[in-house]
Parts: sequence; C-alpha cells; structure tokens
Amino acid sequence: MAKTPQVDIMRSPLGRARGLGAAKAGAVHWWMQRLTSLALVPLTLWFLCAMVRMIGSTRDDVVYWMAGPLPIVLMIALVIATFHHLQAGMQVVIEDYVTRDWLRIGSILLVKALCILLALACIVSVLRLGL
Amino acid sequence: MRDVRDALMVARNSDDKLIRRPLSPHLQVYRWPISMMLSIGHRVTGVGLGIGALLLTWWLVAAAVSDDAFDAVQGFLATPIGLLLLFGWTLALFFHLFAGIRHLAWDAGYGFDKPWYDRSGWAVVIATALATVLLWIIGLAVW
Repeated sequence: MAKTPQVDIMRSPLGRARGLGAAKAGAVHWWMQRLTSLALVPLTLWFLCAMVRMIGSTRDDVVYWMAGPLPIVLMIALVIATFHHLQAGMQVVIEDYVTRDWLRIGSILLVKALCILLALACIVSVLRLGL
Repeated sequence: MRDVRDALMVARNSDDKLIRRPLSPHLQVYRWPISMMLSIGHRVTGVGLGIGALLLTWWLVAAAVSDDAFDAVQGFLATPIGLLLLFGWTLALFFHLFAGIRHLAWDAGYGFDKPWYDRSGWAVVIATALATVLLWIIGLAVW
C-alpha cells in the first residue's frame, strides 16, 4: 500500500498542468500515423502483388522491373511511408512500456535514427537499381 | 506530489483526505475477448513488421550491390527459416493491414457498437487467414 500522498507545492493540479501546451507535438504524431497508414493500404497491396510476380526472378529481372516508371516511384513511396509509420508506431510502444526516462528517450532516438538510415539505404538502392 | 503526471492520480475521498486513486484491474484478471486479442495482436504484428522492414532493406540493398549478395538473400529466403520468416511476415502484414483498416474506420467514427465491434474483429481474423493462405497457394504455384 502506497503511503498517503502529500501535496508539497502550493498549486492546484490544474494550475500545474496549465500552460504547458500539448503533450509533445499535439495531434501531428497521431495524424501522420493515420496518413501513412492510409497510404500504405494500396502501396502494400501493390507491393505484395509485385513480389509474388517476382518469385524466382534473377537480379536482372529485378533491375528490369525497377527501371519501369511506376515501380521506382511506388517503391520509394512505400519505403518512406513504411519507415515513417514504423518509427511512429515504435515510439508509441516504447513510450507505453519503458518507464525510465533515459532508457525511453534513448531507445526512441535509436529507433528513429535506425529508421532514417534504413529508409535512406532502401531509397539509394531503389535509385541504383532503377535509374 | 512533485510531478505533474501525478496530478491525475491523486484525489480526495469523502473524508476530505488525500488519497492515491485506485488503479483499474489489469490484463490478467480479464477473460480475453476477441477485441483484446486483436488489440495486442496489432501491436505485436506492428513490431514484428519492423523485422520485415529489415528483410526488405536487405533484399533491396543486396539487389543494388552485386549478384553474389542478391543470391545470398534469395538463397536464405528459400531455406526453411527464410520461408518461415516470409510466412510470418505475410501473416503479420495481412493482420496489421486488416486490423489497421478497422482502426481507420473507428477513427472516422464507425463501428463502435458492440455487435459490429465483435463482427469486424472476426472479419479481420478470417480475412487474414484467407489472404495469407491464398497468397501462399499462388506463391508456391508460381515457384
């Protein structure tokens, strides 16, 4: 049983919270998560169809396929939406379960850095294949 | 109380004494309805799809680098572990896709009444199973 709490600052809870602004960045994070998920519905279905058709193909086939105007654009769109959605989702999961400040902030930054680097690696690869 | 976040957890009881608010019962005391399974499933598959994104990165980078690197990925994906990873990826992807569409419908304000809540949940499960099996039948037939 936790001991009886004491209020040792002469301010009401509302007074303490007021003026601090929206927690983090307001609705931007939530909205971007929805926006990327909306984009990922058609992009993912297209990607799955494309991958099934690529089964058993050689590297030359991949290069030939990626050189088309549609695949190169849609692949880059897919990569950007995927990694943005991934870091947004991972951030929420980490914020929910990791309580120690330094560990939470550290792991969120690490996930974001990884997502940016992986996305860049994907985009550079797509451009090298398709251009 | 020194932390703003504590403000919501402290209240006065009927004797005007400061108390810590009780926490609601947690996961282990509930009989798991479908909605709870799908909720946590959406998170688990979301994190799992991060591994799928690693796989996609490896595949794309290898294809861009050399024949040897590309053959290494394709070879790995054809092993039992590789196929299991691919199967898990498609399963997680379809689940997260369908459960995600359900979430988007909620965000738009639809599907909150109890019968629809359960029905859409089962629809996600059935659609995931059908889509995964269908994809693998087509995939293995092409292979």
